Amino acid sequence: MSLKIDNLHASVEDIEILKGLTLEIPKGEVHAIMGPNGSGKSTLSKVIAGHEDYEVTEGSVTIDGEDILEMEIDERSRAGLFLAFQYPHEVPGVSNANFIRAALQSRLPDGEEIDAVAYYKDLYAKMDELEMDRKFTGRSVNEGFSGGEKKRNEILQMMMLEPKYCIMDETDSGLDIDALRVVAKGVNAMRSPDRGFLVITHYQRLLDYIVPDVVHVLYDGKIVKSGEKDLALELEEKGYDWVKTELAAA
Amino acid sequence: MSTTLTKPEMSAHGEWVSEPLRRDVGAELPDWYQQIQADSWHNFLETPEPVRKDENWRFADLKKIRFERINPVGSLNEQGSFVERFRSNRVDSAIGHCLFANGHLIESDFSQLPDDVIACEINEALANHSELVKEHFMQDPARLGSQKFAALHGASTLCGVFIHVPKNVVIDGVIEIHHVNSGENTGIFPHTLIVAEANSKVSVFENFETAGKGDSPITVGMVDLDARDGGKIQYASFQNNGPNARHMQINASRVGRDSAVKNCFVNLGSMWVRNEAVSRMMEPGADSQMFSANLANGTEEYDQRTLQLHEAQHTTSDLLYKNALYDDARTIFSGLIQVGKGAHHTDSYQTCRNMLGSDTAEANAMPGLEIDADQVKCSHGSTSGPISEEEIFYLMARGIPAERARRMISLGFLNEVIQRLEGDDVKEFIFGKVEAKFRAI
Ligand SMILES: Nc1ncnc2c1ncn2[C@@H]1O[C@H](COP(=O)(O)OP(=O)(O)O)[C@@H](O)[C@H]1O
Ligand SMILES: [Mg+2]
Repeated sequence: MSLKIDNLHASVEDIEILKGLTLEIPKGEVHAIMGPNGSGKSTLSKVIAGHEDYEVTEGSVTIDGEDILEMEIDERSRAGLFLAFQYPHEVPGVSNANFIRAALQSRLPDGEEIDAVAYYKDLYAKMDELEMDRKFTGRSVNEGFSGGEKKRNEILQMMMLEPKYCIMDETDSGLDIDALRVVAKGVNAMRSPDRGFLVITHYQRLLDYIVPDVVHVLYDGKIVKSGEKDLALELEEKGYDWVKTELAAA
Repeated sequence: MSTTLTKPEMSAHGEWVSEPLRRDVGAELPDWYQQIQADSWHNFLETPEPVRKDENWRFADLKKIRFERINPVGSLNEQGSFVERFRSNRVDSAIGHCLFANGHLIESDFSQLPDDVIACEINEALANHSELVKEHFMQDPARLGSQKFAALHGASTLCGVFIHVPKNVVIDGVIEIHHVNSGENTGIFPHTLIVAEANSKVSVFENFETAGKGDSPITVGMVDLDARDGGKIQYASFQNNGPNARHMQINASRVGRDSAVKNCFVNLGSMWVRNEAVSRMMEPGADSQMFSANLANGTEEYDQRTLQLHEAQHTTSDLLYKNALYDDARTIFSGLIQVGKGAHHTDSYQTCRNMLGSDTAEANAMPGLEIDADQVKCSHGSTSGPISEEEIFYLMARGIPAERARRMISLGFLNEVIQRLEGDDVKEFIFGKVEAKFRAI
């Protein structure tokens, strides 16, 4: 049981960004991807989520053996995939509570309605965990939210939807240290043998709070190095140039 | 299918109606008002029909108003069914209400309003509160193109409500005015006159619907909103007529010192709609909010003309008009902010946003700005475009199917306007109807 990415090639506007990326995240594990700006981290997450700007030219992505590249965007989500966006979109006029509710509703069979009372109870409990003010239920999705509030809101959705595989794209950017702790606590509480995480980050700091089982280095559209959590520290210390020179030497 | 009753070359003015559309209202109308009626009829005959080269009718499809005939309303039977219909289709907690069918008063109940508030049918008000009505009635001539229609309105028998809120009286809850119209090309002339005296507050919701899908009333309504010395008025018009109706509303707000007027149009139905709104900020501290949410589909044409007139220093206004268009629908927005000579320290905003739900829908926008003062903060602009693909992606990435995602986003687009209204019941009522129309598209 895993999220498996095999020899993935993807282009945007005919420029190849992912160049044969291979990665497997078994359930129960947390994997981190680190990489310099522009190396293709967000591209990877959006390709997996099914964004139409990106064309997959080769390779496969499966969850628990099921090919998701054949699925529509919404089907992938309902199949258990979740992407916490680096830049979450604003949806004016749609309240946060209605948005999350519609997402949960879409997982129910036709004719079955969400129990509103139970829904709000659950929502408020999770907002309390994330130290989010109640006012965010009535506000339009992400509209006028600060960077940190948007990130918290992504994690709130993740907690509500209880996905099998979570991809978090630079969730730490825009969070101050207190917010980072709160968010990490929420994520850590979700860690379970039935769930896999792919944590994308530019900085090692996040990995002090969400401790990964495996760290991968993404460079120029490929995983060029994998190791244990100490790799993140080494990378932080030596910088991404270290990877570059190592690669050149090889 | 369009059912325009077109005679390609209708020229001779006055052919729509051969005599004023009047009937006995069972009240003694004052002389000054009868004079207005007579003068208006004269003006109606003298005023030429709109032509497209007139800037005020630019982009308009004038075929939609080549009326062959505007018919008088007949006498009314089946009153019971109108009342039943109204009961099942109203705002939950209205504190007072009034129901008209083809301009005939069917029932009203204003008994819960504070004692010193005057709220009554307009003809009754003309008879019993003549001087008070005279002071506020049609004080601002139509000036955005519909002079001929305003004249017809002035000449005809009106229906509608007069509301006068005295000093320091704050009315909690909304007053509801409901119109159910029917017949073929029947002329309906609603007039709503609301006066808020010093530090008073009132909210009015006016709802238009047709009795049946095939009915084709021609409504020419006018609304006078007059707030002074800290008075506050919210007026929201909700139009959900059948597809053959034509609907026109000409609204004039006069906003005095430290007063605030909100004027909102919501349109879901009718084959042709024209909303004109003029707000005059006449004394320091005057604030006017003008907004509109419209969902147009089929071959509907919604024509919106606005004027924000800043006449005094330290006045503010904010306009937000939003149109969601589907199929071959058309909208026209033409707005002008005019900051008059010496109206320094004006804050004035104007935004029109159009969401195009099809390739064949057409949204025209003509924002405008004229400033003749200093220390002014003004902005105006318009945007038109399809639903954002990024927004759809975001919703779908949470499992929401594409169709539902589109609907939620479009509804949210209009909901942004609805949420600017006060009163949860009014907002819920409108939101529910807009949602229902989206579902039917
Ligand atoms: N939609 C797009 N259109 C054009 N270029 C893109 C698009 N998305 C990503 N790219 C390019 O792909 C490369 C990788 O970007 P991205 O995946 O965002 O990097 P990272 O998240 O690692 O910083 C960059 O060179 C970027 O400019
Ligand atoms: Mg990125």
